[in-house]
Amino acid sequence: MNDMTPTREQRSAALEGMGCKRKRVEDIRFTQGKGNYVDDVKLPGMLHGDFVRSPHAHARVKKIDDTEALKVPGVLAVITAETLKTVNLAWMPTLAGDVQMVLADGKVLFQNQEVAFVVATDRYAADDGINKVVVEYEQLTPLIDPFKAMDADAPVLREDLAGKTSGAHGPRKHHNHIFEWTVGDKELTDAAFNKAEVTIKEMISYHRTHPSPLETCQCVCSFDKIKGELTIYGTFQAPHVIRTVVSLIAKLPEQKIHVIAPDIGGGFGNKVGAYPGYICAAVASIVTGKPVKWVEDRIENLTATSFARDYHMTTEIAATREGKVTGLRVHVLADHGAFDACADPSKWPAGFFNIVTGSYDFPTAHLSVDGIYTNKAPGGVAYRCSFRVTEAAYCIERAMDILAQKLDMDPAELRLKNFIKPEQFPYHSALGWEYDSGDYATAMKKAMESTKYAELRKEQAVKRAAFKRGETREIMGIGVSFFTEIVGAGPSKNCDILGIAMFDSCEIRMHPTGAGIARMGTKSQGQGHETTWAQIIATEIGIPADNIMVEEGNTDTAPYGLGTYGSRSTPVAGAAIAMAARKIKAKAQMIAAYKLEVHEDDLEFDIDGFRVKGLPEKFMSMKDICWVAYNSVPPGMEPGLEAVSYYDPPNMTYPFGAYICVMDIDVDTGVYKVRRFHALDDCGTRINPMIIEGQVHGGLTEAFAIAMGQEIRYDAEGNVVTGSFMDFFMPTAVETPHWETDFTVTPSPHHPIGAKGVGESPNVGGVPAFSNAVNDAFSFLGSTHIQMPHDYWRNWKAAKELGAVA
Amino acid sequence: MIPGPFNYHRPASLADAVNLLATLGDEARPLAGGHSLVPMMKLRLATPEHLVDLHGIAGLKGIRRDGNRLVIGAMTTQHELLASDEVAKSVPILHEAALLIADPQVRYRGTIGGNVANGDPGNDMPALMMTLGASYRLEGKSGARDVAAAEFYQGAYFTALEPGELLTAVSIPVPPAGHGSAYEKLKRKVGDYATAAAAVVLTMSGGKVATCAIGLTNLAETPLLATDAANAVIGTSLDEASLKKAAAAAQAIMSPAADARGPVEYRKHVGGIMVMRALQRAARGN
Repeated sequence: MNDMTPTREQRSAALEGMGCKRKRVEDIRFTQGKGNYVDDVKLPGMLHGDFVRSPHAHARVKKIDDTEALKVPGVLAVITAETLKTVNLAWMPTLAGDVQMVLADGKVLFQNQEVAFVVATDRYAADDGINKVVVEYEQLTPLIDPFKAMDADAPVLREDLAGKTSGAHGPRKHHNHIFEWTVGDKELTDAAFNKAEVTIKEMISYHRTHPSPLETCQCVCSFDKIKGELTIYGTFQAPHVIRTVVSLIAKLPEQKIHVIAPDIGGGFGNKVGAYPGYICAAVASIVTGKPVKWVEDRIENLTATSFARDYHMTTEIAATREGKVTGLRVHVLADHGAFDACADPSKWPAGFFNIVTGSYDFPTAHLSVDGIYTNKAPGGVAYRCSFRVTEAAYCIERAMDILAQKLDMDPAELRLKNFIKPEQFPYHSALGWEYDSGDYATAMKKAMESTKYAELRKEQAVKRAAFKRGETREIMGIGVSFFTEIVGAGPSKNCDILGIAMFDSCEIRMHPTGAGIARMGTKSQGQGHETTWAQIIATEIGIPADNIMVEEGNTDTAPYGLGTYGSRSTPVAGAAIAMAARKIKAKAQMIAAYKLEVHEDDLEFDIDGFRVKGLPEKFMSMKDICWVAYNSVPPGMEPGLEAVSYYDPPNMTYPFGAYICVMDIDVDTGVYKVRRFHALDDCGTRINPMIIEGQVHGGLTEAFAIAMGQEIRYDAEGNVVTGSFMDFFMPTAVETPHWETDFTVTPSPHHPIGAKGVGESPNVGGVPAFSNAVNDAFSFLGSTHIQMPHDYWRNWKAAKELGAVA
Repeated sequence: MIPGPFNYHRPASLADAVNLLATLGDEARPLAGGHSLVPMMKLRLATPEHLVDLHGIAGLKGIRRDGNRLVIGAMTTQHELLASDEVAKSVPILHEAALLIADPQVRYRGTIGGNVANGDPGNDMPALMMTLGASYRLEGKSGARDVAAAEFYQGAYFTALEPGELLTAVSIPVPPAGHGSAYEKLKRKVGDYATAAAAVVLTMSGGKVATCAIGLTNLAETPLLATDAANAVIGTSLDEASLKKAAAAAQAIMSPAADARGPVEYRKHVGGIMVMRALQRAARGN
């Protein structure tokens, strides 16, 4: 070896594999305005469609008159439910086992519901046409308050379900009832409460909000009448699922449907489901034989496609006087709006809400969820969330604080006392999950040390005393949150979407020169897959990440996958990548053995190639092996070097974290200042620390928005009063606090590379940290629980109700 | 979110603009920065048949000192106000308030004329102009006239502008050297209108308030001049009792709407607090 021979460290660094803060390769195009989004798709002769929407929350549609609209220059067609009935598409199935109107069929059930689809030569003409469609409505009593949905005299919303005493998830109790879902041991739990020394009970609401990606939902549908093929460009987080759903409902052969998801400007769960715009654009293209584009505007996005949360969680904890929890009982009233368009795995009507026992060793628990209809937009999507995990984490983290307050115990101490211990993993929770790995106390203590938690509590005591003496008008809150997530949906034994198991896939094809392409069943919406997937391959097979191109989003070329949401990409597709790479590596080892004239078992993998054990100079690089694979493979071996893996995970992964928020609130105005926010995340093996940090920053910013003001609010008539970014809180860089991040690493024992996923952790753990900080600030004035969102006027209202403001 | 059809005009002179507006009548709207009008058009809440774009008229821009007055052309942008040393030096509250208007992108387009002429109670400049005792130059077919800012606002989006008239300049009497001022604006986020805001311009003499004017933003259908509140502090050293009296007097004339910023009670409450804080800060800076 001479001085020019790279060291092992240099060879390893050159790969930019796992653990490297590799710069995001996709940012080269994004930062130069060269991304290619759906709205950039412009096809020859393309038409534009747009919706006539209902101004009412609940009304009968008496008549739709399109006479004047069709006279508008450029308007070609007005599609209504009657039109769609001719192709049996007036209604469509939802992912939650319900059906949803594509266009209003006799009734409208929420404000801004799609009533008619105007197709025109450009968007201006389409909107001119919309303004000329005359719809005659007969207003009906709207049902907005979920707590009144099951009153005996509540208006009947879903006339299509008349006489149906059971739905996709069992019996229905009332005409506005969708399902009841129960988990856990009721008898044992009731017994725990009966003999409990201490109990708490609180109705904890997680208000209605919205994922609100900056790019709204959109598509271009292009039907080729000669070939009978439909091409759909769309903002799809799960392109293959869309292809299968379109095939099933439009009765088109699946091979003749091409779904292409180009660059996506944020999804956060908004772009998992199927929306009326997709169906209408497809039908319009089939009818006209021309491409049809549909692009949602901001108001439509916020008011019609997929809200999140609206969970009202009556929560009880039983405990000993010393603060050991002995039981958990939760009842959820789940407001799904007009149709159950929740995007959960099909068998899970309330998602994975049964993770609600959190990070604590509850000997017993019982959960029941009642899903109901109201005159609000349909959905219940997982906004940066693995299917109701954000709701569950908020529920238990708020409740633990309430218990700590009742016991007059520090909330961090109460958590430490009840954590599942490292030696208890794999841990079987009272509500049925098997947690894979965790070291909660270490993470909690590290976060407490980093923030000097004990000193913060002392400072708070001093400030509280000063407040009581009238020396300050500012109160200080310390919010503690310790969350356990459940992500990586999911094992085929318990997860499917419309019958398709929730595996994911990767296909790697190496080229002769030592480069390659990886095609995935996932679809990045900004997560940086093109960067991180290549890093896994780099480490696994010893080819530099820069030499691996990652391609996603084209159903013709990508292997079938279930898409990207619920932090499932790394746990599921990340595993598929490693498994496919290991197949490549296995074949490469055979090739190297042949070329180096040794037995395969005499080789060891060494960073970027194979070496003969004990003979360091006998080495063959992966780059050279790639060439040989296409040049002179061993006799009897097929040429080429490619592999595909479909990975069905054996279990979910359970990332966790400890978050601490310090907040000051001016009681006179309700104005808060986030002084500090410390986020310690454990997502198992870390693939790209820079991207993890970016994910945490983004998720915390969303959590901050949700906890502190971001809501979809309706007035009593069912009008959305937060339908634009003026009133729907979307923080800018100015409002966003500074984030401190830290980590511990507890690998997943069942994942090939030990990774757990991180995308939604900060949203899941962040919301309770903020809300607990606000609640903690007010607790010394006598409050137990203040509902979110904690915007200025509500903080002031809380202060006033507690007598802190005249 | 797609506007209806309209015709676009870009006159090169004020005379042409005035002629166009007179000829086209009610169906024409002047276009300045467009930050209020264009969103309304996109929602089709405004459907003017003609837009008369004022950007081609050179004479409508610029900031100049005219004796003891500062005269600002209507098409001067918020960004240009912020870049002006003259504004920062002689009317610092104008600089301060301009900086609280939305974000840099909006301020590159938004104009002072559009801000004061639109009659939107949420805009920051109108209350400020009333506080400063400014007047507006209005020009139409029948000539030019000057109207005091305090006389200009009649209701939400209703002003003293006659059909066909354009607001061409804002004239502000420069407050005396050594005056104190403050604009306290409570808003939910960058780009939001005020939940409540108060402008104060005062002079102090021997530790006591000698003169004082207080304006209120977004606390009624129009911007408000809180004269009783100002009178309540004249001659005082802004002790706590006087501040509370001023806040109460200001609250007495507030009639904000309940909206997503908060209920009426809250908006009035913080309106009072903005008054007290603006008074204290204006006096401190003296």
